[in-house]
Amino acid sequence: MSTNTVPTQTGAGRRIRDVVFVDGVRTPFGKAGEKGIYADVRADDLVVKCIRDLTRRNPSLPPERIDEVAIAATTQTGDQGLTIGRTAALLAGLPRSVPGFAIDRMCAGAMTAVTTTASGIAFGAYDVVVAGGVEHMGHHPMGADTDPNPRFMSEQLVDPAALNMGNTAENLHDRFPAITKERTDAYAMASQRKLAAAYAGQQIQPDLVPVASRKAGTGWTLNTVDEPPRPGTTTEDLAALRTPFRSHGRVTAGNAAGLNDGATAALLASSDTAAELGLTAKMRLVAYAFAGVEPEVMGIGPVPATEKALRQAGLSIDDIGLFEINEAFAVQVLSFLDHFDIADDDPRVNRYGGAIAVGHPLASSGVRLMLQLARQFEEDPSVRYGITTMCIGLGMGATLIWENPHHPDYSSTAAEDAA
Amino acid sequence: MSFDRFEELAALVPGEVVTHSYVQDVALPQGAGTLALITLDNGLDHTKPTTLGPNTLIELGRVLEGLKARAANGELVAVGITGKPYFLVAGADLSTVKSLKAAQYGSLMAELGHEAYNLLGNLGVPSFAFINGVALGGGLEVALAADYRTISTGASGIGLPEAFIGLVPGWGGVYRLPRLIGPAAAIKVMIENPLSNNRMLDGRAAFGMGIADVLLEPADFLEQSLAWAAGVLKDSSAVKGRRAEHATYTDADWDAATAAGRAFVAAKTSNAAPAPGKVLDLFEAGKNRTREESAAAECEALTYLMQTPEFHSTVYAFLDLVQKRAKRPAGAPDRKLARKVTKVGVVGAGLMAGQLALLFARQLKVPVVLTDIDQARVDKGVEYVHAEVDRLRSKKRLSPDAANRTKALVTGSVSKEAFADADFVIEAVFEEMGVKKTVFAEVEAVVSAECILATNTSSLSVTEMAADLAHPERVVGFHFFNPVAAMPLLEIVKAPHTDDAVLATAFALAKDLRKSAVLVQDAPAFVVNRILGRMFGEITAVFDEGTDAETADNALRPMGLPMTPFRLLALVGLPVGQHVQESLNTAFGDRFHVSGNQQKLIDAGVKGLWVKGDDGAESVPESTWELMSRGDSPSDSVQVLRRTQDALADEIGRMLDEGVVAAPEDIDLCVILGAGWPFHLGGITPYLDRVGASERVTGKTFH
Repeated sequence: MSTNTVPTQTGAGRRIRDVVFVDGVRTPFGKAGEKGIYADVRADDLVVKCIRDLTRRNPSLPPERIDEVAIAATTQTGDQGLTIGRTAALLAGLPRSVPGFAIDRMCAGAMTAVTTTASGIAFGAYDVVVAGGVEHMGHHPMGADTDPNPRFMSEQLVDPAALNMGNTAENLHDRFPAITKERTDAYAMASQRKLAAAYAGQQIQPDLVPVASRKAGTGWTLNTVDEPPRPGTTTEDLAALRTPFRSHGRVTAGNAAGLNDGATAALLASSDTAAELGLTAKMRLVAYAFAGVEPEVMGIGPVPATEKALRQAGLSIDDIGLFEINEAFAVQVLSFLDHFDIADDDPRVNRYGGAIAVGHPLASSGVRLMLQLARQFEEDPSVRYGITTMCIGLGMGATLIWENPHHPDYSSTAAEDAA
Repeated sequence: MSFDRFEELAALVPGEVVTHSYVQDVALPQGAGTLALITLDNGLDHTKPTTLGPNTLIELGRVLEGLKARAANGELVAVGITGKPYFLVAGADLSTVKSLKAAQYGSLMAELGHEAYNLLGNLGVPSFAFINGVALGGGLEVALAADYRTISTGASGIGLPEAFIGLVPGWGGVYRLPRLIGPAAAIKVMIENPLSNNRMLDGRAAFGMGIADVLLEPADFLEQSLAWAAGVLKDSSAVKGRRAEHATYTDADWDAATAAGRAFVAAKTSNAAPAPGKVLDLFEAGKNRTREESAAAECEALTYLMQTPEFHSTVYAFLDLVQKRAKRPAGAPDRKLARKVTKVGVVGAGLMAGQLALLFARQLKVPVVLTDIDQARVDKGVEYVHAEVDRLRSKKRLSPDAANRTKALVTGSVSKEAFADADFVIEAVFEEMGVKKTVFAEVEAVVSAECILATNTSSLSVTEMAADLAHPERVVGFHFFNPVAAMPLLEIVKAPHTDDAVLATAFALAKDLRKSAVLVQDAPAFVVNRILGRMFGEITAVFDEGTDAETADNALRPMGLPMTPFRLLALVGLPVGQHVQESLNTAFGDRFHVSGNQQKLIDAGVKGLWVKGDDGAESVPESTWELMSRGDSPSDSVQVLRRTQDALADEIGRMLDEGVVAAPEDIDLCVILGAGWPFHLGGITPYLDRVGASERVTGKTFH
């Protein structure tokens, strides 16, 4: 039972409560496939390790105070099936009184787990939640076992090509001819470089949960770093890659995120519960929005989602000091930056690099953006607002606006504005 | 390299399923450096435990040598060892050890273990064992050889069972364990647990005793073990503090532990098998030995014990019989023929019937109906079951929901109509043919044509019981042992007309009831009671002839049976024993002695020969002596033992000739599981072979 602070039983006079991001962790990301580090590790176990580390890192939180465990997965079968939020909670050893559920919004799964449970906190239904996501793309290749309705094709509702994300990225290049392959490759190389620098600066490691894995004939090992990064990548390397989605196209394995395995989990709380339990707020959720776009150019989704969220928050793009934008494709990031007139190499954008370097295990990625933004907030108290945003398959975008508690003007009671 | 000299040993075991020592370098958290992590893995799933044979140990030893060199080069800060899921490593490969018949190879095998394990504590960097699962014998000793140990709450099967198997924890266990957890706790692990039905520890208990330094949960056991190791490398003071608490002892404690161990062994085994005593010899002398001195003595003891028939018989009894044959009963029909049992009837509501009803309800979780001739008896029977359920509940062996469910499953009726929809009806009424035949006829009138009728008779003919039924093929013998909940054996009796579907159902049912079934033919008293009867007959006969009670009752001590014959008779109840003996005598004649003296005791209401006095000592009271008349040709204990051995060999030879069971293995399984006869006898037939009784009586050996 939630011990929330809703003033009356009927909810009359309900006050919207502040929601804070307390902490977040993730597994190192792996490459999908038989050679990947997690080939023989179960998806649900990846989530379990995150949840356990999250509770271990926050010892002042009594586990029975967790009111919900929301875990996203795009494919909800096999080791990602059976209502993974609930199974992960049980497997993690949380008290049986803690409920859980599974959630899906493709790439924005974990992000939606966060917004859904955050809304529940604001409403007073929860005090503390765990929200996260997992995708083991080695065990669950994208789109496997799906059965698209034939009406999509017969009624030309969605170009069948839009079900393949690589094609939608090529489509985005068609729509924005100013975004050239040279620009996307250069952006991709910078992503690799920035991630390598962040690793060197110990900015990534603190939020990684080590995961042991065992393979036939080699024994147990411990995975403590991401597998996908290619820090030495050069423009020549990138230029030489083939364009699998279109002959003489622009989208390559080098300027897109790969196919990956990984899991994330975040701890959210109402700000008053955080204070009660001695949990530190790393970010405060200001606003969030989801928006739909044409599925054929799903990568543009973050643009309308961000505009909508800014409108709700009464902020402008100029108020945003840090951007954590998921790099499904470099072209999708650049379309966003171009729209808001931000330079390709603007230092506010993806300071630690992005999914092109670190990987994108679909439904898990939203929380990765958050834990990176949280760390950048801590490093840079001059920034007041930041966003986490991502594009979503079938034509959507998601944006969350966060406030930095380290900023001198931060006020945890600012929630009345949003109410 | 130092392991080359063991190659000849490896060559003797070309078929060994090798447990490999895979090594991965692991970056410890907090920049603590590189730990080389060894995984013991045979590449097979969890149904095939990892074991230790010569090839395995040579590989481990060479891997450790390599890591020692790397540690010397400064490449490593620590070495860890763990296992594939559910096992650290299950222990020595017993079939391999058993196959090393020559002393020189036994000795080499013992030395190989020491050579490999000692490296683990001698790498130049700290070593850690991460006990993720089963660690028995040599499997636990490898962990004891490391400097530090973590253990999982999910681990079970932790222990040093060598004394039970017929060996000693001679790869350093007997030396290291008492120094780690104190002498008294070490005796518990090395003596008391092995000799108490081979009891083992789980992770929590092992941690509690100090076998491991930290207890971690299974969900991220290895990750947290490595994090813990990183912490210990920085500061080991907490570990040392906890160790000191467990390993604080005096010389007097050590001596007391030795004495307690010796008393325990004498009480449990009558010192009939050499291994437990050897463990204690090593333990006692080890108090003042260096590790090297102890190692030499351990190797010597192992070499000796590996040649003993007790060890070979134990491996036979444990691996070939209990682990294998008990799970695949000889002569059982294809299990696909088994029919589903969805409701059980029990005729009779007495004590035996109540025990059966409880067992069926608990294990099968199907409705069980008890019937008897009047409501009072029925109520008493159901009440007994409900009271037993409450008792299990109070011991927390059943959850409240399971207790409610079990109680609701057991009902009673005065009408056999309640059996109409039962698939299996077992009778547990008075041991008399007429009564049993009437009961079966009444039940047959109510039940379906397929319903199985089972009898728990211990001495009557199943064939005759079925003779007048419309469907004699549905009758099978289902002979449990008392107490039903505790005794693992079920003799399934096939009468000539019993059909395969009925028999298959009986075996499937036995498995669901968690009993080990042995197929026996319909011969008087089947197997266990016939063998015990022959033994009782010999002991009462020598007593009646004039052998004193002390000599007669203790003559079989060298066999290490769980109880002396007179004490067992008193426990069974003299009238019950006499009844069985009379029916055996009727069936087989005077080779089954019926004691007139015993009848006199029964008539006088005497419960047993021995009576415990106020001082706790047992003696035969004068009043008992006065009831009896005995002859004047006493035997000495050697004669009694030999005479009993010969009688047993004779009876078992006859049973095999008659085809009561398929093979001597089934006889052995029956006496192990139904009478608790010790593994070091191999049940009984390997013992009769090695003492020469089979040869003397039948002119050949059983094996």
